[in-house]
Amino acid sequence: MASPQTGRATVPNPARSSRSRAARRTLWALPPVAALALVFLYPLALVVRQSFTPEDGGPSTASYAPYATVLAEASFREALTNTVLTAVGATVGALLLGLALALVIAFVPFPGGKALSRFTDLFLAFPSFLITLALLFLYGTVGVANGLWTDVTGAASGPLNFLHTPWGVLLAEVTYFTPFVMRPLLAAFSQVETGQLEAAASLGARPWRIVRAVILPEALPSLAAGGALVLVLCLNEFGIVLFTGAKDVVTLPVLVYSKAILDGDYTGACVVAVLNIALSVALYALYRAVASRTSAGSPSRTPSRTGGEPRRAGA
Amino acid sequence: MLVHSKAARRAVHALFFLLFVPVFALPLLVIVGASFATSWSGALPSGLTLTHYQDIARGDSLHALITSVLTALAAGAAALTAGTWAALAAEKLGRRTSRLLDALFLLPVAVPSVVVGLSLLVAFSQRPFLLNGTPGIVIIAHTVLVTAFAYQSVTAALARLDPAYEQCAAGLGARPAYVLWRVKLPLLLPSLTAAVGLCFALSMGELSATMMIYPPDWMPLPVHVFAATDRGSLFTGAALAVALMATTLLVLLAVSRIRTRASYR
Repeated sequence: MASPQTGRATVPNPARSSRSRAARRTLWALPPVAALALVFLYPLALVVRQSFTPEDGGPSTASYAPYATVLAEASFREALTNTVLTAVGATVGALLLGLALALVIAFVPFPGGKALSRFTDLFLAFPSFLITLALLFLYGTVGVANGLWTDVTGAASGPLNFLHTPWGVLLAEVTYFTPFVMRPLLAAFSQVETGQLEAAASLGARPWRIVRAVILPEALPSLAAGGALVLVLCLNEFGIVLFTGAKDVVTLPVLVYSKAILDGDYTGACVVAVLNIALSVALYALYRAVASRTSAGSPSRTPSRTGGEPRRAGA
Repeated sequence: MLVHSKAARRAVHALFFLLFVPVFALPLLVIVGASFATSWSGALPSGLTLTHYQDIARGDSLHALITSVLTALAAGAAALTAGTWAALAAEKLGRRTSRLLDALFLLPVAVPSVVVGLSLLVAFSQRPFLLNGTPGIVIIAHTVLVTAFAYQSVTAALARLDPAYEQCAAGLGARPAYVLWRVKLPLLLPSLTAAVGLCFALSMGELSATMMIYPPDWMPLPVHVFAATDRGSLFTGAALAVALMATTLLVLLAVSRIRTRASYR
């Protein structure tokens, strides 16, 4: 271990002592990494291993058979399509709604606007399934909207019966995830120079043109980062879909749950889980790339999740 | 100010509230309203009652609430410890290594919570770690899911911290442990309390991973809410949801008080 020079050196070799300091720093990082490895990476590795282990085969025979089985199932392909379509739809909806609301709060201010934006932050601290529960009271078959309709028209049942369809999931996800878009947007809007807006307006630009030519280019990185994050969270969303209780809306997380807990088919669940991870992690890596480009000049090493402080993951 | 004419401004604001009220304000109001009602099929809830809340005060629901609070406290404390430690260690590492640590600790955000639950179920139902069926597995799952947020808050706070304080203390001869304990952690206290509040709130509402792994005698409140609504007791579910939100808000409020007092220190 000791190099031949050590004996001769009267002062500590600077290169060596800085190397030993670096080693000590790496050592300090080890305990949390080891804990994470034990409770997160090791279980994930076991999931991957189990996904290659057919139930009837011996424990040592790795094969792609479980993947072939799952990929051939119509229910899996349907779940994949559902997951991607609702996630993309909810992301687009949340981006449009979040952009519209944030534009009004930031640039057409009214008393109480700031308080309202803080109120939406509350959503970030609440579990997602509460939204579905609320929508059941509002638009469910015996809910408020249908009750009003039957009271007014005297009809036997109301016109709204969409909560147990993909549209119900979409509405709940748009509601829940819009604040995730609004936060970084409001942060970005606060950086826009008012002078620029006034200059554009005094040169005769209409409000819509100012939004398009001055505000949007400034906010585009935040919009992209927020959208990518919401897309990942929507792909992983479970509570909203579970509470909707729709039999024909099965997404990948729900498929994992029903395979493992309801059917007891752990290998199948692991296969779906691995595919779901691949999809989500690829998108999350994309989000991190976009987000770190956004905050390129800033001193912060990690771009925060929602521009400001984060709230929950897809619970 | 983007819109200068008064009429146009009014129109924009009307449109804003037309979007905002049904999407954000109504859902929360409706849950609170429903929790006091026995039926709701008109404009307003009917059959006002406190029965749902009286039911919570005794029996399984109270047990579920206590379970949730205990789980969230344990997971919050564990996540804060692990996240802060990792963030402090990452700061001292080289750029490449610290990026690796970032990626590692933020990875649980990208992995679906259901899959985190499944992986713990697979890993801790077999030797050498037999934890399936114990409260420990629920706490571990919540810790895994919320540590990323603690790590992220503390990392962001460290980046904003003025290194002069630390260098001053070290220059005056303070040992690294003393600098950490008497200089860095007190300066970080506001971020630490914010992080622990966030972790607590996330853990209180966690449903996906919990659904996969909860043992019958350790059933957190979100699972209880789901069980109630699944068997059609929507109004009981609403009251439970209000209890969940109120408890979370109370704890967040208490935590934010710690923050303000510390920031004057």
